[in-house]
Amino acid sequence: MLLIACPHCGNRPETEFRCGGQAHIARPEAPSAQSDEAWAEYLFVRKNPRGVHAERWCHVHGCGRWFNALRDTVSDRFIEIYPMGAQPISELQSEARA
Amino acid sequence: MRRFSLTSLLSESMRGHTGWGRQWRAPEPKPRYDVVIVGGGGHGLATAYYLATVHGITNVAVLEKGWIGGGNTGRNTTIIRSNYLYDESAGLYEHALKLWEGLSQELNYNVMFSQRGVLMLAHNIHDVQSFKRHVYANRLNGIDNEWLSKEECKEFCPPLDIGGGLRYPVLGGALQRRAGTARHDAVAWGYARGADARGVDIIQNCEVTGIRRDASGKAVGVETSRGFIGAGRIGVVAAGHTSTVMSMAGVSMPLESYPLQALVSEPVKPVFPCVVMSNAVHAYISQSDKGELVIGAGTDQYTSYSQQGGLHITTHTLDAICELFPQFTRMRMLRSWGGIVDVTPDRSPIIGKTPVQNLFVNCGWGTGGFKATPGSGHVFAHTLATGEPHTINAPFTLDRFRTGRLIDEAAAAAVAH
Repeated sequence: MLLIACPHCGNRPETEFRCGGQAHIARPEAPSAQSDEAWAEYLFVRKNPRGVHAERWCHVHGCGRWFNALRDTVSDRFIEIYPMGAQPISELQSEARA
Repeated sequence: MRRFSLTSLLSESMRGHTGWGRQWRAPEPKPRYDVVIVGGGGHGLATAYYLATVHGITNVAVLEKGWIGGGNTGRNTTIIRSNYLYDESAGLYEHALKLWEGLSQELNYNVMFSQRGVLMLAHNIHDVQSFKRHVYANRLNGIDNEWLSKEECKEFCPPLDIGGGLRYPVLGGALQRRAGTARHDAVAWGYARGADARGVDIIQNCEVTGIRRDASGKAVGVETSRGFIGAGRIGVVAAGHTSTVMSMAGVSMPLESYPLQALVSEPVKPVFPCVVMSNAVHAYISQSDKGELVIGAGTDQYTSYSQQGGLHITTHTLDAICELFPQFTRMRMLRSWGGIVDVTPDRSPIIGKTPVQNLFVNCGWGTGGFKATPGSGHVFAHTLATGEPHTINAPFTLDRFRTGRLIDEAAAAAVAH
């Protein structure tokens, strides 16, 4: 189980959180103007990196607030936690290989 | 290939089993192959086998980063069934189940396929209605699946508690009698031996690090840890690492990779006659021929390549097992592990062409790929040999996420399946 540092509540066990998947996916401004390719890209295609991943988390069984996080998907270690709407400061590079 | 038979077994037993020898070669990669398969799991090896046997294409290499069958093929809970809801899935998994039924004879290798029956338990009215719908849909597709009352469930699986004291009482179940289990390692080894005997090169410890494309954009070979290998066609069968491999060719995939866990108990005498699945409380259990209870847990909520998952995921499954089968509450668990599964948005696989010419993909099997191994290899071999999908895998395109013709087993099963 991961130990996740909620920016509002501090370190809490993973079971208090809900992972919201890949971060920074903007819903198209005019969905009906999108091509099928662009719409499929928005709905279904994901980065799924082996390395650093930007994702959304919600502290559902705590403060109930959303935040963004950078996590290495090989070591599962959190690298940075930053607010919704912001961009991470860390470099998007994998820190470990298994 | 030396055939296994009663005679060969007797003659070897006289010599103390010293003469079996290696069952496949360890060749150096050639500069070029007609078909290169990336990934030496069950699906990749089956693809190579059927390319050689059905299509006569033997200038084939299977490239494996580690050892064959060391990924999800060696990590799953070996459940085989074909009672899927939608016609497309039913066609694919039933194709596989029919191949399973003759596989040991076909490969001359005992894959220990045991049709002991898979019982899916219903715990609420919705489950009952949904499973009955599955039973009827399966019947229309010629697939055996029958509804059992809770008393019939108890008769079929005596360890099951059907008493009223359960938090989620058993209301009945859907039983596929032709379903069952097989020995996972033997599947990989049997296909490897059969493919190797027909000239396929199985190259282990060979990691693909790039996919080379020519000026026109078509794939012409793979860069590996053992040098460049040219290829007429490339089939990517890399399970949880498909996104990584496909990104080498510049293709983004509708996939996310999650750790899926399983565990086994200490071995005990035969106590469990079938496979029991319960989607509602999340329990998957059977007993291996070694006597271990084989238990399937769920996926973690976040994407990961760590091949380990959270303890709370396995605990959750064990809670359900103890509730349904009180006699197991004092069993000790021996080992647990995780495998990385590639999950598509509709929980159905992708088998077919990609936007890159000569590059094909077989992926997205998610949490339930083992059962499809022979069928998957068979139709993917057809796709690689002819350049076009077999009628069975024609609906499972990568393009369906653009056209919207999803095969939404995610909604049909309501959980990982």
